[in-house]
Amino acid sequence: MKLFGRKLPAMSSLLVWAALWEVIGRMDLTFFVPPISAVFVTLFGLIQTTAFQNALGTTAYAFLLGVGFAIVIGIPVGILMGKTRLLDELLLPWVNIFLSAPLTALVPVLMVLFGFGTKTIVITTTLFAIWIIILNARAGVMQINRSMVEMGRSFGASPLDSFFKIYFWAALPEILGGVRIGVIRAVKGVIIGQLLVSIVGFGALFELYSSNFLMKEFWAVLIVLFGLAFSISEFLGYLERKVAFYASAR
Amino acid sequence: MKTICSKGTTVVMSQINPASLKEARPFADIAVSVRNVSKNYGDVQALKDLSLDFPRGELTSLLGPSGCGKTTLLKIIAGLLPQSSGTIEVDGKTVTSPGPDRAFVFQDFALLPWANVMRNVAFGLELRGVAKSEREAIAEKYIREVGLAGFELKFPHQLSGGMRQRVGLARALSVDAQVLLLDEPFSAVDEQTRRKFQEDMLELVANEKKTFIFVTHSIEEAVYVSDQIAILLPRPSRVSEIIRPTSFRGKGVENIRRDPEYLDIVDEIWASLRSYVE
Repeated sequence: MKLFGRKLPAMSSLLVWAALWEVIGRMDLTFFVPPISAVFVTLFGLIQTTAFQNALGTTAYAFLLGVGFAIVIGIPVGILMGKTRLLDELLLPWVNIFLSAPLTALVPVLMVLFGFGTKTIVITTTLFAIWIIILNARAGVMQINRSMVEMGRSFGASPLDSFFKIYFWAALPEILGGVRIGVIRAVKGVIIGQLLVSIVGFGALFELYSSNFLMKEFWAVLIVLFGLAFSISEFLGYLERKVAFYASAR
Repeated sequence: MKTICSKGTTVVMSQINPASLKEARPFADIAVSVRNVSKNYGDVQALKDLSLDFPRGELTSLLGPSGCGKTTLLKIIAGLLPQSSGTIEVDGKTVTSPGPDRAFVFQDFALLPWANVMRNVAFGLELRGVAKSEREAIAEKYIREVGLAGFELKFPHQLSGGMRQRVGLARALSVDAQVLLLDEPFSAVDEQTRRKFQEDMLELVANEKKTFIFVTHSIEEAVYVSDQIAILLPRPSRVSEIIRPTSFRGKGVENIRRDPEYLDIVDEIWASLRSYVE
């Protein structure tokens, strides 16, 4: 974006909002909004504590595992659905149901099934991320040119070859888009899991700070979470742009 | 669709009998033979009892108005579409699926947009499990042959339409199939590139000793490049005529277009096709 003929650096709008936040915080209107400078001071103090580092470790572990499962299961399922009509007819209704289902309401059921530990949190995270990954991989495969598929067949591609050398790559722009949205949903999933299943990790910190009205700490953890989610999503966006050159030419 | 279909069946055209064809050229060595092939899409009969022979080392064009089933026939020969009845023989052996004896050149090129020219040309060999160094040496040779030396590391989106089709052609050549199937290969490139391609085709047919089956809707193109032209008439599609130009092939690429026989054949084909063009 340009302002007064000068090119603004990316995410300049954050500075505007930060300034507004600071002003409102200084005006002391509500305990809910402490000045952002105070939040950052708290943040730097907080990240040095072992409690925070443990919480970060626990959350990152559950998050990465959950996202990992969502990607490793979601992409092949989506590709196979796009490839095979029968599988698509069978699975598509379920994928759509779970995509729009209030998954939070399902967490108690998962607790009964899988217990109160990390396993349930990981499954919750996966369930938040996987459906959009499946749908996007499927959409990516469905728009592949017929001639590309015929090319593979006519040159004798085995099913495994056509999966890894044609379908996966041809659907990659959509797959990356799906993973990007899935990851953002997984951040929500892991925190909801930690809040509802067993109070651990960032979920525990949120619980602790909000119930004690420690808003500076609350916002500090939220900013860390936002920062992490934002960097992952920007990284995936960068990968997406790298493959965008062929998105229009498949 | 139904009306065209019934119109087609009422017009009785001379079906070429494969036996009489062989009689006419007793020594012709047949590379691909289509025997009584029919293809139905539901109630619509796309191909009806079609028989046609393709002599080895020659270029045969399938020419006809749009919707006459020429691409359908080509895809059946390629093994990409199943026929409803009849058989396809390559070298006397019945084929039902794609095989290493046939290679396909696609109308829209069908290149991998994420792979460079080298990998695209070598892709057919890659799928056949040829080692990397070996397949790249072969690909290199054909990249040079189609005139793309120096472009090995470029990606398809960096090439013009004509160059992309050269990549598609090199890919088909590098698997060393006996039969090359070309589905309107030059219809997506501009007129000047197309003319250059046609000249190069003649050279390729002379040098490569392969059997070319060439689908086109351009009469001039078919007459220019073909040793044999099969005219297909539509719905249900059948071979109405086989034309073998004789006199102008050896006269050099620049003289063909003003050769009297060339002009006569173009006129003759147009006369027989014009009533099928809406």
